[in-house]
Amino acid sequence: MNKQVSHIGIAALVLLSALIIGTTYWQTWANAGLANRQDNDIRLVAQFTIKRGKIYASDGRTLLATNVTKDRAGQTLYFRRYPTGPIFSDVVGYSTQTRNRTGLEQSYNDYLTGSNANLDTVFRSALDKLKGATVTGNDLMLTIRPSAQALALRLLRGKCGAVVALEPATGRVLVMATSPTYNPNLIESRFGLATRTSAPCGAPLVNRATVGKYAPGSSFKMITAAAALDTGRFTPDSPFYDPGYCEEYGKHVRNAGNPEAPETFGHVNLSTGFEHSINSVFCNVGKALGAGTILDYAKRFGFYSLPPLELPESERVESGLYDHGRLFDPKHPDMQVDPGRLAFGQERLAVTPLQMAMVAAAIGNHGAEMRPQIVERIVAPGGKTITHLQPDQLGRPIKRQTADELTRMMELVVTGGTGTAAAIPGIRVAGKTGTAEVGRGNIHTTWFAAFAPADAPRVAIAVVVESQLNGFGGTISAPIAKQVMEALLR
Amino acid sequence: MSTASLTYAGFFFALYLAANLVTRYTVPFADPYLLPIAGLLTAIGLTEIYRLNPDDAFKQGIWIVVAVALFAATLFLLRHDYRRLETYKYLFGISAIALLLLPILPLFGLTVNGARLWVHVGALRFQPGELAKIMLIVFLAGYMREKREVLAQGRLKDWGPLLFIWMLAMLVLLETRDLGGGLLYFGIFLAMLYMATARVGYVAVGLGLFLVGAVGVWKVTPHVQDRVTIWLRPWTEHKIYCPISGHLDLRQNCQSFQLVKSLYSIGHGGFGGTGLGKGTVANLNGKQIIPDLNTDFIYSALAQELGLIGAAALLLVYMIFVLRGMRIALLAQDGFSKLAAAGLTFGFALQTFIIVGGILRLIPLTGITLPFVSYGGSSVVANFVLLAGLLLVSNRANREMLR
Repeated sequence: MNKQVSHIGIAALVLLSALIIGTTYWQTWANAGLANRQDNDIRLVAQFTIKRGKIYASDGRTLLATNVTKDRAGQTLYFRRYPTGPIFSDVVGYSTQTRNRTGLEQSYNDYLTGSNANLDTVFRSALDKLKGATVTGNDLMLTIRPSAQALALRLLRGKCGAVVALEPATGRVLVMATSPTYNPNLIESRFGLATRTSAPCGAPLVNRATVGKYAPGSSFKMITAAAALDTGRFTPDSPFYDPGYCEEYGKHVRNAGNPEAPETFGHVNLSTGFEHSINSVFCNVGKALGAGTILDYAKRFGFYSLPPLELPESERVESGLYDHGRLFDPKHPDMQVDPGRLAFGQERLAVTPLQMAMVAAAIGNHGAEMRPQIVERIVAPGGKTITHLQPDQLGRPIKRQTADELTRMMELVVTGGTGTAAAIPGIRVAGKTGTAEVGRGNIHTTWFAAFAPADAPRVAIAVVVESQLNGFGGTISAPIAKQVMEALLR
Repeated sequence: MSTASLTYAGFFFALYLAANLVTRYTVPFADPYLLPIAGLLTAIGLTEIYRLNPDDAFKQGIWIVVAVALFAATLFLLRHDYRRLETYKYLFGISAIALLLLPILPLFGLTVNGARLWVHVGALRFQPGELAKIMLIVFLAGYMREKREVLAQGRLKDWGPLLFIWMLAMLVLLETRDLGGGLLYFGIFLAMLYMATARVGYVAVGLGLFLVGAVGVWKVTPHVQDRVTIWLRPWTEHKIYCPISGHLDLRQNCQSFQLVKSLYSIGHGGFGGTGLGKGTVANLNGKQIIPDLNTDFIYSALAQELGLIGAAALLLVYMIFVLRGMRIALLAQDGFSKLAAAGLTFGFALQTFIIVGGILRLIPLTGITLPFVSYGGSSVVANFVLLAGLLLVSNRANREMLR
């Protein structure tokens, strides 16, 4: 009988081994799949047993995200509070029980919960678990200057739009403000109230700085001018004659201003055309260069690719031509795209404020474009810095000489052209206005992109304001840019 | 570390020492591994129950005291010769059936989670099936030892009493709708039949009959159909009719709620676990997420808190218990002892497989306790009696070898 007893014994051991294999399957292979299930409330609750890292502004003191503790069923749970409320909400995002995380709370969730693969953190989190201590996440310190951020939001109050300010030499994001905004502390308890806004455009949860797609208008002339100079086809002194319109496909494309009697400048050069934002000049530049060349330069500045910022992918969009709401990259641009209109920023162009700030920063940084970055440092609970910001050059869209010539042209815009409202006493400011028709009467999207001081800029900025009746880049956006730049240069 | 938990630790260590002294006195030659393993498993179980619900831990503690007392009583009563039990095999068989029938009686019976296998007398509740399992094994061991030669020949009249008691047991199970129990008893029966007759054909026929029976039961019993559906497709993409609430809902929020949450619990443990006492068992309002967490589902709580390392170690402890049990069966000198020891050990392993395999979605989930670990008085009492049986067989086998 012993042989049979052995068989049954082996069968019993096989059954129990199957249990070890089954457990291994669920705890390793299937683990991630289970964790991502929407109805996994164990995972959901468990994340509240972790003391998430705090988030600070660039001064290291202004607390943007912190925790409050609550005791439930013998467990200490940590819930998020955002002391600055709506001022940083679109950057920091939120982490709540019932809604998906957004902003840096989402993209830095691993670091904030101490589950990043960094060796130091792995060791510390494992030790915390063994000791039975609360797992504590890493703190984030951002590059954003709290006072300038608050100022930008104050200036945007009642309007719809965005302000993005960068440090041209390093790519640090100094300001990223969007309006209307929301109070992240209300997301959990009173979502309806959090999403309500008196602003006409609505949608306060949208970060307009990175997903707002705006017609760039004349601010796009920075790219056309860069292409014109960089290809060597034009110099700032290249002569043009402006009859008040430009001829394209046998039809007149008129300058801005009164449609019946548009502005007429007569004999000018490229620099003057830029200073006064003369459409006919850029229309002719566009015809000479062709749409393909202009789009190539736009791509060099980062159009047609997601800006490499640390926000979640779903909170960023590409700039470029959009056809029926979808990004449109023409195969034969010289046949599919109107080069004249493209050159002065019409056609089907849609640009994010972040992208426009990157263009201004690249010109100011002598043609070298830096990766925009928003996280200055990640600090472990003990105070040790895990990683800190390292400036990273994305590319060199234009030559140094091109950038310096363009800088001088942009300075003229502020000293005597369309952007005089951005002039700061004692500081050389280089800028470009933009006023885009949105197809509804005299309602405009107004732009201003600038950097200062012109020779060695410490700040580059893009300001966009939506739906301004009879408003222009030089009158609506330029004063906002001026005040924010002043605050940042102080 | 609270005084309460230290008191528990001190008390149960003293209880374990007492049990150890009893075994030293009554069965000095018995296998030295089994009692410590049982002690370890009981301690793990009690710790987890205490962590989940201190009130339950107190009740469980009382049951452990009762179990150890019965364990000691069994050893004392049968320390000279347990084999006289063989004489009473039919009494054991009939008692087993009677115990299984108890819950069906209108006065005592109680239906919990769709299965009628509880008996209550006042506030006291217990599952007689757990003890019936041991009695059935004693009966099968006695009967098969006596008839093994003729059973191997396959004459119908020798099968009579066996099949009669067997069918009665199955009918009772169908009536109580205790699927886990049915699978357990049938598995034990087949394993013991194979050991007694050495005929693989019987196992094959038995498994075939089981499959036919299972399909039959599945066809006529909505309760079983439900279990199989939950097993095959616990998640649905679209809302379906939920018979529990009467509304449309996803299956993971309805019938398979318990299984799915338990899988989340296991998955959350990952490799190293959350640490004992640091797992997540309650939702944000403090309500326990998984129903029956400390009885049928205690494995998913342990797997979360101990992780793969701890859960695998726990299963390895079960494997050592099974190895020692089978070793006792191999060393035993007579057929009754061999069959009884192997039957008890295989029953122990199969019961572990049925509940943990159900939780891990290897087989359809049916409620049954995890030996020694789960919260439940009848379970802990039955398992200590089972342990006493193995120790008795082991004591005799080793003593005869030394002679």
